[in-house]
Amino acid sequence: MAATTERIPHVIPRSDAYHENKLLSWLSVVDHKRIAQLYLMAGLLFFLTGGIEAFIMRLQLAHPNGHVVSAVLFNQLFTMHGTTMIFLAIMPMLIGFVNAVLPLQIGARDVAYPRLNALSFWLFLAGGLLLNSSWFLGGAPNAGWFNYVPISNPPYSPGLGVDFYDIGLQIAGIGTLMTGINFLVTLVNLRAPGMRLMRLPMFAWTVLVTMVLILFAFPPLTVTLFLQTFERLFGAQFFSVAAGGNPLLWSNMFWIFGHPEVYILILPAFGIISEVVPVFSRKPLFGYTSMVLATLAIGFLSFMVWVHHMFTLGYGPFVNSIFALTSMMIAIPTGVKVFNWLATMWGGQIRFTTSMLWAIGFLFCFVLGGMSGVMLAIAPADLQYNNSYFVVAHFHYVLIGGTLFALFAGIYYWFPKMTGRMLSERLGKWNFWLTLIGFNITFFPMHFLGLMGMPRRIYTYAPGNGFTFWNEVSTFGVFILAAGILFFLVNLVTSLQRGEKAANDPWDARSLEWSISSPAPPYNFAKIPLVRGADPFWLEKMHGNGHMLPAPGQEHHHGPPNTVHMPRPTMIPLIIAVALLILGYGFIYHALVVEIVGFMVLAVGLHRSMFTPDPGEYVPIEEEPAEEVGADG
Amino acid sequence: MDRKRWKRMARWAPAAVVAMLALSGCGFLQGRQSVLDPAGPVAQGQLGLIESSFWIMIEIFIVVAAVLVVALIRFRARPGQTDLPPQVHGDNRLEFLWTIVPALLLALLAVGTVKQSFADTGSPLVPHSMVVQVTGHQFWWAFTYPSLGVVTANELHVPVGQKIELALTSADVLHSFWVPRLAGKTDLVPGKINYIWFQADKPGLYYGQCAEFCGTGHADMRLIVDAQTPAKFSQWVATMSHPDSTPTTALAKAGEKLFGTIGCSTCHTVGGTTFAGAVGPNLTDLTGRLMIAANTYPNTPKNLYNWVHDAPAMKPGVLMPSFSYLKPPQVKALVAFLESLK
Repeated sequence: MAATTERIPHVIPRSDAYHENKLLSWLSVVDHKRIAQLYLMAGLLFFLTGGIEAFIMRLQLAHPNGHVVSAVLFNQLFTMHGTTMIFLAIMPMLIGFVNAVLPLQIGARDVAYPRLNALSFWLFLAGGLLLNSSWFLGGAPNAGWFNYVPISNPPYSPGLGVDFYDIGLQIAGIGTLMTGINFLVTLVNLRAPGMRLMRLPMFAWTVLVTMVLILFAFPPLTVTLFLQTFERLFGAQFFSVAAGGNPLLWSNMFWIFGHPEVYILILPAFGIISEVVPVFSRKPLFGYTSMVLATLAIGFLSFMVWVHHMFTLGYGPFVNSIFALTSMMIAIPTGVKVFNWLATMWGGQIRFTTSMLWAIGFLFCFVLGGMSGVMLAIAPADLQYNNSYFVVAHFHYVLIGGTLFALFAGIYYWFPKMTGRMLSERLGKWNFWLTLIGFNITFFPMHFLGLMGMPRRIYTYAPGNGFTFWNEVSTFGVFILAAGILFFLVNLVTSLQRGEKAANDPWDARSLEWSISSPAPPYNFAKIPLVRGADPFWLEKMHGNGHMLPAPGQEHHHGPPNTVHMPRPTMIPLIIAVALLILGYGFIYHALVVEIVGFMVLAVGLHRSMFTPDPGEYVPIEEEPAEEVGADG
Repeated sequence: MDRKRWKRMARWAPAAVVAMLALSGCGFLQGRQSVLDPAGPVAQGQLGLIESSFWIMIEIFIVVAAVLVVALIRFRARPGQTDLPPQVHGDNRLEFLWTIVPALLLALLAVGTVKQSFADTGSPLVPHSMVVQVTGHQFWWAFTYPSLGVVTANELHVPVGQKIELALTSADVLHSFWVPRLAGKTDLVPGKINYIWFQADKPGLYYGQCAEFCGTGHADMRLIVDAQTPAKFSQWVATMSHPDSTPTTALAKAGEKLFGTIGCSTCHTVGGTTFAGAVGPNLTDLTGRLMIAANTYPNTPKNLYNWVHDAPAMKPGVLMPSFSYLKPPQVKALVAFLESLK
């Protein structure tokens, strides 16, 4: 932004319509902080949808030969539950946090490509809505979230459900890929002066590695979704044995994407924990360098283990052994992280805020999930665990006990910076304890069920197998878990309206985002800060005057005084996303007219996107309220 | 309770945990399909790995949890603390330690993993084994004994104490063969043959079910392995080799005729007759089977009647069409014929 200022005329009218009309201001949003709110709200809505799907499944499985839903509906429910939670809930909420926090942490005023950032969000939303609209348009996809062929191919899945899956994920996936590129460039180019790589907050490091994973993991998904789209819409035969194709092509391509995806979901969670634990222990992160190396190692290894999802596919002992060993190796850097978190707490002054409670809950539950992960890596033993409830237990410990708990730690931690208000600690503690207890009652028995021989994805089971007791326990736990989540929703709504006003630095924290006002102003930093070391804000509080020093030589300001040059709101990303949505329906229904309309809207959107320069606009700098330095919450 | 008593009790805590786990291992986790109750060498070896890895993991978990709990109690913030705790940034020796120790523990597990991986696999042929070809269908199992010339469905008869090699493939989508008490699962892949072996040490029924999602009827694609003494197994083979399917009653004869005319025979084979359909399960030894509908319902005349009348109502997703247009006497005739198959 600063670099382009010189070519831009002195006076640019502000795009008033986009600022004054509330709806328009959201539709034309390019500010990373507001995009973050959109991601988090949409992610939360999809999370609740996926949660309701899970709730219905647990009701069905509470008793043998249950009759709550039919087999057909159950298969749609578990397919949509997995797809929704992974692609439309957890990942977008993580990306929401990345949007909310990352530019602030590195001292940037926005991301490298603000328009692209908006496009990423609208594409995710378009893909998610398209996929979920299948419920009302003849039935949701029903071949499982990894959608194996041949079961998902036309002779066995003749309905449109799988088309909604392919095209919905394709649209959302393009958005995610753009997010990967956008934040990589942001991290490389927009760090404030002095913010060297080895001074990056650990969250920023995990985001960096996550974005590399997105960059390399999503293309295989894109390709394989295209292969199936061609197979289903145009009769191609990539996976058909009869025509010389190979169904295992899908399995491999999917998991080459799917395993790094698991780390896309957990690495930013590690990052959040690495921010929360030091602040509430009042100590720096223990073993920063080994944490960075561990993050890199996990990212690298995540591409080397995909066959461990398919030990039962019959690749033979040699291949299985190799992938078993690489999978076990992931436990080493992960263990390093856990021990470093423990060492960070050791010798500190631990404050049991709700955010910290979530981080502690994370440590317990994630370690359990990691342990069952190592057990799963043992290929011959996995022949027993694979596709059983043991696996279901494992990945819920990692995704709920790991990622979701970290998301909660993050929301209680950064909510003040995002909204200017505090979340209630009292409701937060109800939220935490009920969720923790409910989660463990729901999912721990699933380990037992798997070992007792219960396969996943069955809509019912025979009374004679002895599965009944633990299934009842599990369903009982869901009610407690749901109550915990309900407390969060109440907390969210009431705190947004009447929450205590947040100080700039309510937690006595260490990184740059706490050096600016709560909520952060549109331009983030009135003056780009100078980073003089790791934990830059803490450093200034300890050894400076408690304020970030402005970086010299950063402002080539040609605009009116006391303004910052920022990107201009625009509807173009929304138009492109709507075009792809129209195109998606056109392809699913083989409707030529709709396809043509979609292409035309897309052409207009792309044309405007390419040939309309962004003059930006000048945003006035707000008066910073004088505030006590280092006010402890 | 005074401090000493607490301490004494704390000493017993690990033993209590072990006892609880052992108890749950014996009682709560048993079942006719339980991995924890192996009945053959393959499942036994896999359980050995499960147990050894479980104990290593439990030990690590106890260490981590203990350190965490101690840290939370000892280093909790106390009112009136104004000074900062020591700002420790790391410790190379410690970080090295917790990189190396887990690596060594994992190396231990890795040895067993590789060994067992090679031991479990049946390819190309396990010496002295009997080969059975298994073909997965939506939503039932076909078993062919090439050396014996026998074909059956859903109930796999094997002699005890002998290595059985399975050659697994699929006629349609992916399935997975899983009888937890005998061996871990292996997938049935169209266009590919996977080999595994197992051995049942004692006679009995071993339950399992399809473990790779295969469509609407996936949950009802169950199977039974009937492990028999060699003598009983030979007897079964003899029966299968000379099937007796000549109906004796008039009703059964009418049923046989219907079987040919309304389309049953386009899908089903019945040994000893001209019915040779190859789409649905082979019905040669139907009266000898314990269950119908891929082991979803007991093989009783009533269930058989309902099944012939309207199979989709009993098992969602089943590919057998409904014959609800048949009149009750016709269904009764068909059931009488089916009841005569030996």
